[in-house]
Amino acid sequence: MKLLTFILFLLISFLLAGCVNVAPWERGILAKPHMAVDPQPLQSGIRQHNYGSRESAASTNSAGGGGGCGCF
Amino acid sequence: MDRLTKVAELVLILALTCLVIPPSFAHLEGDVPPPHCKLTTLDGQNAQDWSALKGEVIYVDFWASWCPPCIQSFPFMTQLTQDFKEKGLHVIGVNLDENQQDAKNFLVQHPVNFSVLMDETKQCAQDFGVIAMPSTYIIDKNGLVRHIHRGFRAGETEELRQLIEQLLAENVTLGKIN
Repeated sequence: MKLLTFILFLLISFLLAGCVNVAPWERGILAKPHMAVDPQPLQSGIRQHNYGSRESAASTNSAGGGGGCGCF
Repeated sequence: MDRLTKVAELVLILALTCLVIPPSFAHLEGDVPPPHCKLTTLDGQNAQDWSALKGEVIYVDFWASWCPPCIQSFPFMTQLTQDFKEKGLHVIGVNLDENQQDAKNFLVQHPVNFSVLMDETKQCAQDFGVIAMPSTYIIDKNGLVRHIHRGFRAGETEELRQLIEQLLAENVTLGKIN
């Protein structure tokens, strides 16, 4: 058990050591579009709209109508 | 084993301390002289220090080619150069791209009418305390940083123009130039 705690502590320490402050001028690669959480927002939006209008009832994910009318 | 756990706890506390305490930056606020910088021109020549531009108002802008607000500020800086160069305004864009070729390619596609210098080591940006992109420092005729502006929004240009006009109208106070 103590060995497990020790390993856990060590693991968390290593993970925390990975958190660093990135200087503003070091964010060039992070700023690239494919590094975004949603790299293709337009495609995701269209997919969500299709799903909302065809598959699901009115919800936060749907475009409002719901009910599977297939309206665009 | 207890000793091991204590060591692990110590390491964890140290790691947490490093996480919580941000690195300290020399922070410029208000009427202080700018730090001396070793900047280079696009072709690798050493650029002159701020003190060589004494008696002029210097608009120093830290930018990078990947930063959209920096690019949005370029037409404004071009306009400033057109309007106020004759009156003694010197606009300098300090590039902070990690890959200098990105900046050079960008400038070939979007030529500018103001000076662009490179901060290869990023020491200048650190000494200025740049915490945002773009960051603008306006140095008055006496060689003091009079205004720090972070980010760029179209609505703020008029305020900056007014400040520059005001600084250009000021007289040099001898003895203050460093």
